Amino acid sequence: MKKLVASTVLALSVIGASVVPAAADNIKIGYVDPLSGGAASIGQIGLNQLNFIADTANKNGGINGEQVEVIGYDNQINPQTSLVQVQKAIDEGVRIIIQGNGSSVGSAIEGFVAKYNRRNPDAHIVYLNYGAIDPVMTNDNCSYWHFGFDANTNVKMAALTNFIKQRAEIKKVYLINQDYSFGHAVADTAVSMLKEKRPDIEIVGNEFHPLVKITDFSPYIAKIKASGADTVITSNWGQDFSLLIKAAGQSGLDVNWYTYYAGAAGGPTAIKQADMAGRVFQINEGISNLGYEPAENTAREYGARYKDAPVLFPRIFNTTAMLFKAIEAAGSQDPADFIPKLEGMKYASFSAGGDSFMRKDDHQLFQPLYISSFGPLASDKAFDEEHTGWGWNKVGEIAAKDTVVPTTCKMKRPG
Amino acid sequence: MFEILFISTINGVLYGMLLFLMASGLTVIFSMMGVLNLAHASFYMLGAFFGFEITLHMGFWAGLVFAPLIVAGIGMVVERYGLRHVHRHGHVAELLFTFGLTFVIQEVVEMVWGKLPVDYRVPASLDFSAFTVFATTYPAFKIFALLVSVVIFLALLMVIRRTRIGLIVQAALSHPDMVGMLGHNVDRVFMLVFGVGVALAAVAGVIAGPVLVTQSNMAGLLGPILFVVVVVGGLGSLGGAFVASLLIGLVQTYAVAFNISLADVFGSSPLSGDVAFYLDDLWNVTVAQVAPILPYLLLVLILIFRPRGLMGTNNR
Amino acid sequence: MSQKTDMKIPALPSDKRSSFLARFGIWIVAAIVLAGLPYVFSSGLAVSTMCMMGTMIIFALSYNMLLGQTGLLSFGHAVFFGLGGFLTAWAMNAVAGTSSPVPLFLFPIMGGFTGLVFGIIFGAVSTKRSGTAFAMITLGIAELVSSSALILRHFFGGEEGITLDRTDMVQVLGLSFGPQIQVYYLIAVWCLISVAAMYAITCTPFGRICNAVRDNPERVRFIGYNTQTVRFMAFSLSGLFAGIGGGLAAINFEIMNSAQMGVGESGAVILMTYIGGIGNFAGPIIGAIVVTYLQLMLSDVTDVWQLYFGLLFIGMVMYAPRGLAGLLALQQPLLQTRQLHHVAPYYILALLPGLVAISGLSMVIEMTYQLAVKTAAGPAMVFFYIPFNANSPLPWIIAVILFAVGTWLFLRAARLAGDAYSQALAWRKLP
Repeated sequence: MKKLVASTVLALSVIGASVVPAAADNIKIGYVDPLSGGAASIGQIGLNQLNFIADTANKNGGINGEQVEVIGYDNQINPQTSLVQVQKAIDEGVRIIIQGNGSSVGSAIEGFVAKYNRRNPDAHIVYLNYGAIDPVMTNDNCSYWHFGFDANTNVKMAALTNFIKQRAEIKKVYLINQDYSFGHAVADTAVSMLKEKRPDIEIVGNEFHPLVKITDFSPYIAKIKASGADTVITSNWGQDFSLLIKAAGQSGLDVNWYTYYAGAAGGPTAIKQADMAGRVFQINEGISNLGYEPAENTAREYGARYKDAPVLFPRIFNTTAMLFKAIEAAGSQDPADFIPKLEGMKYASFSAGGDSFMRKDDHQLFQPLYISSFGPLASDKAFDEEHTGWGWNKVGEIAAKDTVVPTTCKMKRPG
Repeated sequence: MFEILFISTINGVLYGMLLFLMASGLTVIFSMMGVLNLAHASFYMLGAFFGFEITLHMGFWAGLVFAPLIVAGIGMVVERYGLRHVHRHGHVAELLFTFGLTFVIQEVVEMVWGKLPVDYRVPASLDFSAFTVFATTYPAFKIFALLVSVVIFLALLMVIRRTRIGLIVQAALSHPDMVGMLGHNVDRVFMLVFGVGVALAAVAGVIAGPVLVTQSNMAGLLGPILFVVVVVGGLGSLGGAFVASLLIGLVQTYAVAFNISLADVFGSSPLSGDVAFYLDDLWNVTVAQVAPILPYLLLVLILIFRPRGLMGTNNR
Repeated sequence: MSQKTDMKIPALPSDKRSSFLARFGIWIVAAIVLAGLPYVFSSGLAVSTMCMMGTMIIFALSYNMLLGQTGLLSFGHAVFFGLGGFLTAWAMNAVAGTSSPVPLFLFPIMGGFTGLVFGIIFGAVSTKRSGTAFAMITLGIAELVSSSALILRHFFGGEEGITLDRTDMVQVLGLSFGPQIQVYYLIAVWCLISVAAMYAITCTPFGRICNAVRDNPERVRFIGYNTQTVRFMAFSLSGLFAGIGGGLAAINFEIMNSAQMGVGESGAVILMTYIGGIGNFAGPIIGAIVVTYLQLMLSDVTDVWQLYFGLLFIGMVMYAPRGLAGLLALQQPLLQTRQLHHVAPYYILALLPGLVAISGLSMVIEMTYQLAVKTAAGPAMVFFYIPFNANSPLPWIIAVILFAVGTWLFLRAARLAGDAYSQALAWRKLP
């Protein structure tokens, strides 16, 4: 909006350089995520949080005395568009790329950044990934220039199965996932890890359904019911999650749901509509209401500024806090200088100050993970979700050391 | 086995009738105007959001009445000032006009209601379970949707086949000049038909909104399934669309119940080497896994072997 | 489905003596321009953007072989683009690191071959029908292919797609194709070859029969041609060129992803082709350049760019069904008779209030967006470098007045310009 006049200029010049030249030594963070179209609801929240973090840091005198500047690039959640946007960011002097929505985009950026740095030895671009959790990114395709700050599929499943291990009442598990690489990765690890940790559990179904093509989930619910399962594990997100839960609520299916993305946009609303208090669990890196003072203060401050969508992604706060810590320790904002500081860094995670560490071998962050269930909140808990009046209640915590999984990464280091 | 078959049949009929509810307006517009309205799902979405907004202030039943009226008004304006203008450039231009409309409607909805799902609830008066079979409950609201769908089907049949209006409308499509000379305002007839068509989409939106997810991307996510219904049934045939909806609903629901793959039937893949590695995915796919894709296969097959659709009358 | 567009294909050079320069001059100029562009627009972003434009030009032109030339509206053209790209990627990965003597610049042939093969397969199915039924079959095929792509995870690489490294090929003339600029020239050469080939096709009898099938299929049948065969050939050939485009895209981005053959990509090519103009050979080229540029850059200017995009598209369908190229082609007779300077002032006269109306409209849109979506940022906003408060009534009144007055003046000026245009044309007819 600020630069609408640029649209006319734009029609004449391909370069479309930014109208206001920024100070040379600002720490520029390029945020490459969807900022238009349907997925923008999530992308915009991420940008809001980065702006909030940058403003807070700048108010306190910046990082090493340098101001933090966040620039948003709209990738329309398309891998090829993302690469042009990354190129645009690099042209505008950005050396730190942050992205988190979609493993397709994440893999594309990871590959692009690695090749770019190899072909341009003077360029040091780092890609900080706060949400693409395809395990390939820190295993077979790992890169020195990539850091994964969210627990990947395998790590989450390791934590989830460690939790299930202690729950004797779980006897029959049904798996339902979207029919694409992510859904299969979740299902495969679930099968193998459950077999190892709880051989007595019977897996009564391993269902895959096409990605965002289903309008009516009742046939699947009928199948789950017929299988006699007491627990369902699903990695569905978005509409596929909401419709699944609502269909279950309508037909009165009596099971517990262990999910990856129940807390994502639209999930809480659907669970409330299905009236499934305490039946839906999610695993993630942190929830509100953990009673950790610094996090709750930040959440309150953030919620006051962004009243519309007071959703907090702890992983973004982890990402930037560790980045700033590394830049301060290196005394330089050149990724080549601060990457060694990030490797192996120990850090108290945002949600509740638990110990976490960035593994040097594959650049995967290990952090405490939380299992929480969705339902009415006790009176001392302040944060509800999506104005439903319900919120996440902690039911379990898995320490970082209990989430460690092996990696196949053979990292090529420069030099 | 009987249990799963029985439940699947009920589920299939319920889903099929929901599909018909959504697609009826599309087939009405096509049969009477010869225009395939690519923005149909967008009007369905508008119906859901207007229904949600009116429900907040005046209750569900007011929404069920007023939301379709508002959407009909919007539709008539679109027809009067847009579609009619484009009509002289031919059918491709008409298709493309409605294609462009999908972008605009989606963006406007995002600007007004945001991008997150809204909390559109089933009305309290219909929020109870109608009956229970094999420990599966069926909510009254779904039965209500089924009834509305059947009523709309019968009413449309009556209007088209048995009334003067229906006659004029059909005549206006094939011989617009003649109908005009007989003293009927052809333009106004088309405007009304378009209004009624999108109003039916809005009714579907008001009813499906609480069952499904009311979100600004719901039009896009519904995808081309409605076109499959209309084309498989036979373009422009109301009865065909009804049969096709049921067929697709049942096929898809039954398919989900079966976990049979090529590997189960023929044993492990006969191929070996690299090709087998890549085709293995296909070989091990179960019928249940591809159930929602089957309608598209049906679409292609129908158009190849019976181009006019199940009950279509011409090859338009 | 009759399409009332008249194709502007320059007549075959009837004059046998027409010199080499007159015949090939345009291609030589095009080659020089393509060679010089990176020196004018030298930033990394500009080169990347031009690379993407090059692939999209091939893609849009191949689409226009269907829509513009043969009158077939397809909703699944990205299938060929994507499959061409995937097969190219696999072929390159198969020979990467080996001593295979195939240099990088030959790999788009693989994409073209794939496009042709699948064009033949799917064409045999879909071209039995025309019109709306054809459009629906392509929609169904597109859905089937993109769904299969998610199921066949090993071939299509799942969510992360197939990556490749273009520098792993055997190097000829010391070209590593690491730097983007080398890839630019690779794409430019292929773009020029493809465009010339597609232009040549329009000039052949086959190209003319395609036009006839579009305009009057019954008459084509009467004079003894099988319209289905013509449609089938056009479909297969268009698959071939779309495959080349896809192969180049794979080389350019070094990644292929199943999103690249989805419904969105098929929709984008329709937008490009139509906005550029389906009635003119150069139309899709202009459309590919303009739309690619807007897709990449408009999002920096406004978050609701898709709304402007939709409005632009609807406006084109309603008022300029021949696209941008059609608007330009209208000026050609004026240029020939040297009358343009009589009309040009009227264009400017219409353009100014037009811009005022657009700024009024976009002000309304942006203010609504500020209040409805960006509530966290508060009502204070900046538009055209002018800061104001979207809560107060004044800017709304100004916006509405701008829009209303601008539209009114524009309509009047447009009428004047139209009069001037026909008057200038009438001049020509006088002796």
